[in-house]
Amino acid sequence: MASEYAIELKNITKRFGTILANDNVNLTVKYGEILSVLGENGSGKTTLMNMISGIYFPDHGQIFINGEEVVIRSPKDAFAHKIGMIHQHFKLVDVLNATENIVLGLNEGKKFDIKESAKRVAEICEQFGFELDPYKKIYEMSVSEKQTVEIIKVLYRGADVLILDEPTAVLTPQETQKLFRVLRKMRDNGKAIIIITHKLHEVLSLSDRVSVLCKGKYIGTVNTAETNESELTEMMVGKKISLNIHRSVPKDPQDRLVIRHLNCINREGVKQLDDVSFTAKSGEILGIAGIAGSGQKELLEAIAGLQRLASGEILYLNPQTGKTDNLRDKTPQQIRDLGVRLSFVPEDRLGMGLVGNMDIVDNMMLRSYRKGKSGFLKRKQPKNLAESVIEQLEVVTPSAATPVRRLSGGNVQKVLVGREIAESPTVFMAAYPVRGLDINSSFLIYNLLNEQKENGVAVIFVGEDLDVLLELCDRILVIGSGRVAGIVDGRTATKEEVGLLMTKGANHLQEGAAHE
Amino acid sequence: MIVEFIPRAVVQGIPLLFGSTGEIITEKSGHLNLGIPGIMYVGAISGVIGAFFYEQSTPNVQPFLAVLIPLLCSVLGSFLMGLIYSFLTVTLRANQNVTGLALTTFGVGIGNFFGGSLIKLTNSEVPSIVLSATSRCFKQTLPFADKLGVFGELFFSYSFLAYAAILIAFIAAYILKKTRVGLNLRAVGENPATADAAGINVGRYKYAATCIGSVIAGLGGLYYIMDYACGVWSNDGFGDRGWLAIALVIFAIWKPDFGIIGSFLFGALYLLYNIVYTYMKIGFIEQEIFKMAPYVVTILVLIAISMRRKREFQPPAALGLPYFREER
Repeated sequence: MASEYAIELKNITKRFGTILANDNVNLTVKYGEILSVLGENGSGKTTLMNMISGIYFPDHGQIFINGEEVVIRSPKDAFAHKIGMIHQHFKLVDVLNATENIVLGLNEGKKFDIKESAKRVAEICEQFGFELDPYKKIYEMSVSEKQTVEIIKVLYRGADVLILDEPTAVLTPQETQKLFRVLRKMRDNGKAIIIITHKLHEVLSLSDRVSVLCKGKYIGTVNTAETNESELTEMMVGKKISLNIHRSVPKDPQDRLVIRHLNCINREGVKQLDDVSFTAKSGEILGIAGIAGSGQKELLEAIAGLQRLASGEILYLNPQTGKTDNLRDKTPQQIRDLGVRLSFVPEDRLGMGLVGNMDIVDNMMLRSYRKGKSGFLKRKQPKNLAESVIEQLEVVTPSAATPVRRLSGGNVQKVLVGREIAESPTVFMAAYPVRGLDINSSFLIYNLLNEQKENGVAVIFVGEDLDVLLELCDRILVIGSGRVAGIVDGRTATKEEVGLLMTKGANHLQEGAAHE
Repeated sequence: MIVEFIPRAVVQGIPLLFGSTGEIITEKSGHLNLGIPGIMYVGAISGVIGAFFYEQSTPNVQPFLAVLIPLLCSVLGSFLMGLIYSFLTVTLRANQNVTGLALTTFGVGIGNFFGGSLIKLTNSEVPSIVLSATSRCFKQTLPFADKLGVFGELFFSYSFLAYAAILIAFIAAYILKKTRVGLNLRAVGENPATADAAGINVGRYKYAATCIGSVIAGLGGLYYIMDYACGVWSNDGFGDRGWLAIALVIFAIWKPDFGIIGSFLFGALYLLYNIVYTYMKIGFIEQEIFKMAPYVVTILVLIAISMRRKREFQPPAALGLPYFREER
């Protein structure tokens, strides 16, 4: 029996270790329809789509294609069922041209003829309104052209169901509009299209129906025409969950770090930070909320002296001397030499924070190797420090001489946080410090942050879980598309309020361009 | 003088051409095989062993067998070397540089061991093995070459292996540029994760490219002994030609057809000290400076391609990196 649905998912469940990534999710998509899958970061959207495209295999549940139950074990199986997924990170070979990338690994059973293939690529472009030179090399292409190649790659293989994972995250507003035109044309051609996104205005302008996920759970599906932004936000952020994180009243908060009008432009010429101003105070935790990639990384790295700025000031008010220093365009070493005790727990723990192949003692020494006068390293102090970190933070490790890459994620984070706290900082910055950690380790980190706060440290905490941010932080700065969308009081703000600010900020740029 | 010099440069260049064609094919799969000098050495000694026992076994040497037996032995020897390298670097993901260098040391050791043993067997007074009957078969040129004067001297005075080297280089260039297999191989060397996602069996391509590359390189060793050295094996006689072949890969910017011209040029540069010595009557020590010529040119080419920064001139992007399929 032919079904009205191109794809139907029933009760799909997927676990990664103890984490429930998808919990009994149901989803349907028809031919000639654009379905948005909406949810915050970590809500399980990509995991769900990866199960349709054969990258993951569901623990429970069934997948139906055209009404028939199927088993999809690999991307090849997905292709056989005419399902193609366009990932966020492109899989293209730089030195090959568009056509070569499109036919890569494909055996059409006839003589290999790149010209013939290029002709077919051009036909597909014409049919759906893409603009692409089939002979252009990938390394000469813009991000949007690369995305076009990925989409054509899927179409060339005859896909009828297209899944796009956050396709607009890397595009300018104009490119986004172009992509949407193409997607609508494909829909009118009878293709089933699923797009994963967390941008509400895109959902409203593009899709026919919206399915919402929240923390791995399927919330519901609504017709786009019958819904609005605030209803979707409510579905997306879910109900408030109480976590019982301890929060004390800040004692005698004083301005510690004053950020004024920061602007930062990345290598592709995209604005990462747009006129960001705020103040971090001693003895309080300032939370930073926002959709991933909204400029959080650039902001923290700018303060730590790792990011070049186009303009702006980072003023540090030194509590010992009472002097004010501008940290802009200083290297981390220069910042340290000024007597600024700044600790930074970066998002990329094993890339930026620690050296995976070195043991715990050596990693402690990364912070202290300049101490001492002779050319020889003193290993005694870092060794004591490593041992006290292991003891106090309950790091599970065979010994202090174990390479950190052999530790579990939570223990790696404890080593890193332990080292940074040992510097007795006056400013403590942490980016997603509990990502990938189990509940006990997470609470240990929250307690450490609180301890720092009570010691009068200005703590900046970048988080993704709104429940945590609302219970831990004294103030929450919401950032969207590199702009400060608002600063709210952590004690009185509601989840919906923060959620709306997050998506509003993301809308800002797009709407501005749409009016042009 | 030029007419005399060009054939000498070509003959000098052919072993390098074999080596570099083999190395280019291997590097295109993302594997930097520094074992090439050792593999060429093994290719040479394997052929010598085959030829030695064949010559010992029969009083009248059949030209067909005299060519076939050393050829098969050489192919087998270098194929096994390629297999060792692939097993270590592809399956076990050992460090490619370390593995390659170890293989070179190993190959030279094997060559000298068996070479020395054979020399002992012959009871000869000089420390070398002479396989002149086999060499005569290998050096067979086209019968009309002598009658064509300068033209014949320049184009038809070489043995079949020399033409094979050029043919193999052209075929390799065609396969890399124009066929599906070549496209897939280039993708494996540039971005194995992408190739994997496109359904290409990355491991199989890496194995095949490394082993085929080793076999081709090994033929260079065989050519050196049977043609250039007139069938005379002496330990360590092969010199630094293996390293020169790897330098030639860079000079040819990873294009086998460029390698043909490059090998002749390298052959000429390799002989430069000899020419300078003969015609300019310089001293024994000064000529050492001219021995640097091929390496100096390679460094200059490296500087030039690094400065131009054209992506097509760069080594395969994943060269030297082991490939782990990410946890799915």
